[in-house]
Amino acid sequence: MNVHATDPSALLGNLAEALATGAIEVVDLTHTLDQDFPVIVLPPEFGQCARFRMEEVSAYDHRGPAWKWHNFTCSEHTGTHFDAPSHWISGRDVPNGSVDEIPAERFIGPVCVIDCSEGAAADEDFELTPEIIEAWEAEHGRIPAESWVLMRTDWSKRRGAAYLNMREDGAHSPGPTPAAIRLLVDERGIRGFGTETVGTDAGQGSHYTPPYPAHFYLHGAGRYGLQCLNNLDRLPPTGAMLIATPLKIKNGTGSPLRVVALVPGRT
Amino acid sequence: MTDAILPPPKKDPQKRTRSQTLPSGLRSRAALGLTAAAAEGRFMLQVCGECGALQYPPRDACSTCLSTDLPWRDIDPAGELIAETTVRTSTNTYFRERTPWRVGTVRLDAGPSVMCHVHGDVPRGGRVRIINRLDKSGQGVLYALPPEGTPNMEDDPQLREITADPKFRRVLITDARSENAVALAEAFAKAGASIIFIGEPEGWRPYPHRPALEAIPNVQIVPLDVTDTASVAELAGEIGGKTDILVNNARFVRPGGIMDRGDTVFARDEMEVNYLGLMRLAQSFGPAMRGRGADGDNSAAAWVNILSVYAYSNMPAFGAFSASNAAAYSLSQCLRAEMRPGGVRVMNVYTGPTDDAWHQPLPPPKVAPAALARAIVSGLKDGLEDVFVGDVAKDLIERWRAGAKVLEREMSETDGGGA
Repeated sequence: MNVHATDPSALLGNLAEALATGAIEVVDLTHTLDQDFPVIVLPPEFGQCARFRMEEVSAYDHRGPAWKWHNFTCSEHTGTHFDAPSHWISGRDVPNGSVDEIPAERFIGPVCVIDCSEGAAADEDFELTPEIIEAWEAEHGRIPAESWVLMRTDWSKRRGAAYLNMREDGAHSPGPTPAAIRLLVDERGIRGFGTETVGTDAGQGSHYTPPYPAHFYLHGAGRYGLQCLNNLDRLPPTGAMLIATPLKIKNGTGSPLRVVALVPGRT
Repeated sequence: MTDAILPPPKKDPQKRTRSQTLPSGLRSRAALGLTAAAAEGRFMLQVCGECGALQYPPRDACSTCLSTDLPWRDIDPAGELIAETTVRTSTNTYFRERTPWRVGTVRLDAGPSVMCHVHGDVPRGGRVRIINRLDKSGQGVLYALPPEGTPNMEDDPQLREITADPKFRRVLITDARSENAVALAEAFAKAGASIIFIGEPEGWRPYPHRPALEAIPNVQIVPLDVTDTASVAELAGEIGGKTDILVNNARFVRPGGIMDRGDTVFARDEMEVNYLGLMRLAQSFGPAMRGRGADGDNSAAAWVNILSVYAYSNMPAFGAFSASNAAAYSLSQCLRAEMRPGGVRVMNVYTGPTDDAWHQPLPPPKVAPAALARAIVSGLKDGLEDVFVGDVAKDLIERWRAGAKVLEREMSETDGGGA
């Protein structure tokens, strides 16, 4: 394989070959859309995030003899999902702010993974801070503009009630501080930010100023969010390519999606 | 006294489950008035509006003056057993399978003599109290009971045929998260239910009374979400064949009608839980329950729906919720018709505002969880189809019967006209 190819056709040919040989592997960063997967829980007088539900329409039977299919329902923000700028009030006037308007090339890009798994294991309210980001950069280099940044916490390995970790004073899960998000958005110019938790913000994110800083700053600046990601422990800190293509929903504020990453193979 | 029934033995897996056979369900249209009264456990007969003569059996014209004005009235149930016999064989399959069967004639203190089934504890010539109940065909029949309670009288085999007593039966309560779940489970434990399954939706988020549920004897918490067809089908696959009484306490309540909401999001949730939830449960649990109506002392016996009394007449302050309950009410009638061949009773318990978070700003009277639970258990012990619990529900159904259109206009006042 010619790793120095610059001709686009040759590049794609090389990519196809690398995928076929396993030199480049595909990692699935998606949770299964499952009726029991937690969704964000808001005070009950507010509208709620619809759970994933599926009804069988036919299964090779009197309702349709040769075919099986289902109707399914869910929110734009159910399961592993993409947040478009129009999801948040700060992003309501951003151009191309809904999923159907985002140019397709924005769905594929380089990704940096900041490993916060040790901190999150010790502290369920662990915060991603500018200091942690700068320490990561000291080791791996400056976060490139237009890259995705994912906060790895291994939270995706939690099951049942431990995932939302809801208590009487709200959910407890790790997330970024306002200053960390401002650093990523304003100074590094990232394309988007992703987490393994139910939202891009911490479980206690409503108590920051502004509340839900990741949503507020990311979407206000026209950037994207990914949440409920899986398998982030299988990504290298740098050098992977993220592919995250939401459904093309007219005026959609987000979408469940299959998120995958291309990573250097282990062979 | 009556011999107490013993805990039913484990089922012999080599024996065919006995099919439900039914007593004759044929009645004249006039006689269905007795059935309507039995649905609420009321002993009623026709009283001539012109001459005042008490009628028995039900008829289309007064036996004294031929007037056709024969309204049904509650009647003093006291009387005397003047003749009795025990049937030891019958050409009717239902009774043939259940002999010996005691029947007799009771002279009511109010006048007429009536044919009735007779409880084993009533002595020859003894004083009795008549009850009017639904038999396995869902038709009103008269039973003569001892005037006062006798030991274990509810275990009389003839009486147990017309009741849905929770004793030794296995109960499924569908929503552990509901604020009434603890009171319901406690009431069934006290009534002698052998297992109380409680369906728990969304085990991934906590709720405060789970430890209280776990502390109740014979409670088993099982995953169930009535909005999730797969979850309902899975639980029915596991315990559908040993669910004797199903109590559907799952409901979604939000205040609001049409214009103050401005969307269909909550309305959809209301229909998903209150209407389609009932549909899913009925499609998954219904067939197995209908097939076990005659399966011994712990046969399938009853299906309980907890409905808002505003199913009858819309309360605009909870207008969309009322509408979802009207849909569920209609579906319950369909379920009743489909369950009837299996001898499984469908009991609707209608309540006004309940004492819970969603009705917190409403003034009393409100139905407390314990009162609701008491009404359900006593309704099952009486084998009822319709129970109105609390003053608001009792008042509303009277007003509805007096004039549905008048009530509709009253309900459009902001407070629901006293509701």
